[in-house]
Amino acid sequence: MGSEPEPGCALRPFAVEQGLLSRPDGSAAFVQGDTSVLAGVYGPAEVRSSRESPERAALDVLLRPKVGLPGVLERSREQMVRRACEAALLGELHPRSSVTLVLQVVSDAGSLLSCCLNAACLALLDAGLPLRSLFCGVTCALAPDGAVALDPSARQEKEARAVLTFAFESTEKRLLLSTTRGACSAKELHQCLALAQRATDTIFQFYRDSARRKFSKS
Amino acid sequence: MAASGLSAEVDVGQVVLPGDVLLLPAAPNADGERLRLGPSSAPRGRLLCGPGLRRCAAGLLVTKCGLLRHRPPAGAGTGGGAYWVDSQQKRYVPVKGDPIIGIVTAKAGDIFKVDVGGSEQASLSYLAFEGATKRNRPNVQVGDLVYGQFIVANKDMEPEMVCIDSSGRANGMGIIGHEGLLFKVSLGLIRKLLAPNCEIIQELGQLYPFEIVLGMNGRIWVKAKTVQQTLIVANILEACEHMTSEQRKQALAKLSES
Repeated sequence: MGSEPEPGCALRPFAVEQGLLSRPDGSAAFVQGDTSVLAGVYGPAEVRSSRESPERAALDVLLRPKVGLPGVLERSREQMVRRACEAALLGELHPRSSVTLVLQVVSDAGSLLSCCLNAACLALLDAGLPLRSLFCGVTCALAPDGAVALDPSARQEKEARAVLTFAFESTEKRLLLSTTRGACSAKELHQCLALAQRATDTIFQFYRDSARRKFSKS
Repeated sequence: MAASGLSAEVDVGQVVLPGDVLLLPAAPNADGERLRLGPSSAPRGRLLCGPGLRRCAAGLLVTKCGLLRHRPPAGAGTGGGAYWVDSQQKRYVPVKGDPIIGIVTAKAGDIFKVDVGGSEQASLSYLAFEGATKRNRPNVQVGDLVYGQFIVANKDMEPEMVCIDSSGRANGMGIIGHEGLLFKVSLGLIRKLLAPNCEIIQELGQLYPFEIVLGMNGRIWVKAKTVQQTLIVANILEACEHMTSEQRKQALAKLSES
């Protein structure tokens, strides 16, 4: 890996708005380039006795696509977001209760899963739920010629040989989630992982700046 | 690789995010305002770890996003004091000793089930009212509002509340009258209104006389002489969250003219 930044490793501009919905206990809208996801969190709330756990809060994630009914792809994304959230959420502080996270896709222009992960983290922060650490998602697209692009657009994702999404936590940048669509070699996987890990600095700094702005207003 | 955020020094009053580890000042005489994030020995004296913080191996782990606050210890020389995170939240989590407004949802034998806005309903015994005996039951119906405090509230047990204090007197608690209006605001606004000499309540009191009950679970009950005045007071309190004090004074001035 050279010391100069490789082209295509810049992330698209971010924007976030927290606390925009009045009904949920926490909400956040996260925009990455043209991809936008709205997240709402309800909890810790009453739980059905079939779902309740005596040790931790029961976390449910619902992902609603922009058009149509949720299908198998949405279900698999819901499970991925749920696992990442469970690793970060301190569910032991709220046993026998439920936390529901609803994600609504407002526009999809590439890197949807990482946008969902970022929106989920900021919504959990806005709701005041106890978290062990923050987490964020980064998507990489591996072009047929081997070039790596971070935070790919829809066109880059379609043309790529493999699209990899990673989720990292904030304290030691450890990996929470790794999912790949397509084929890539082990060396390329490690290359994408290292690039994505470096990019998380920008994202966590963005979380910190938006938290500062939120508290400076009040 | 050094983890992010651990090489900086965090002052009290700054925004902290979950995952930040705060290490405690090493020397007992050190200024409690600055938390140095580096290795240190255990401080002398008892340190109170408040909401939003948890003890971890290295020090205090921040679990909520908010402003870090510190209260220096009361007695001289007993090191430590208290640290906590001031965060904004809408959902209430029961805490022992908090005064809250609950809505009675069911009568089950000797106890009432009360909705307090948390993840579970609280239980309220019929004997927990002033002057209540087995023969002299309090007149509580489903749908009534009660103002009481928690005597049991932890994550493992169902919360229990009572409408008397430790000496058996009501002290303002009990069933709230049938008139008036109940509405919900965020928990931060309640804490602001409960601060001593709150300007908002004093200014509103000069506008119209009214009765108000504030519950730490984000519920406020108001009653003024007429329905219109009650609605005006409720709207002002709800809007106070987003208005600055100048905007509030302007709104109140406009109302007192009309």
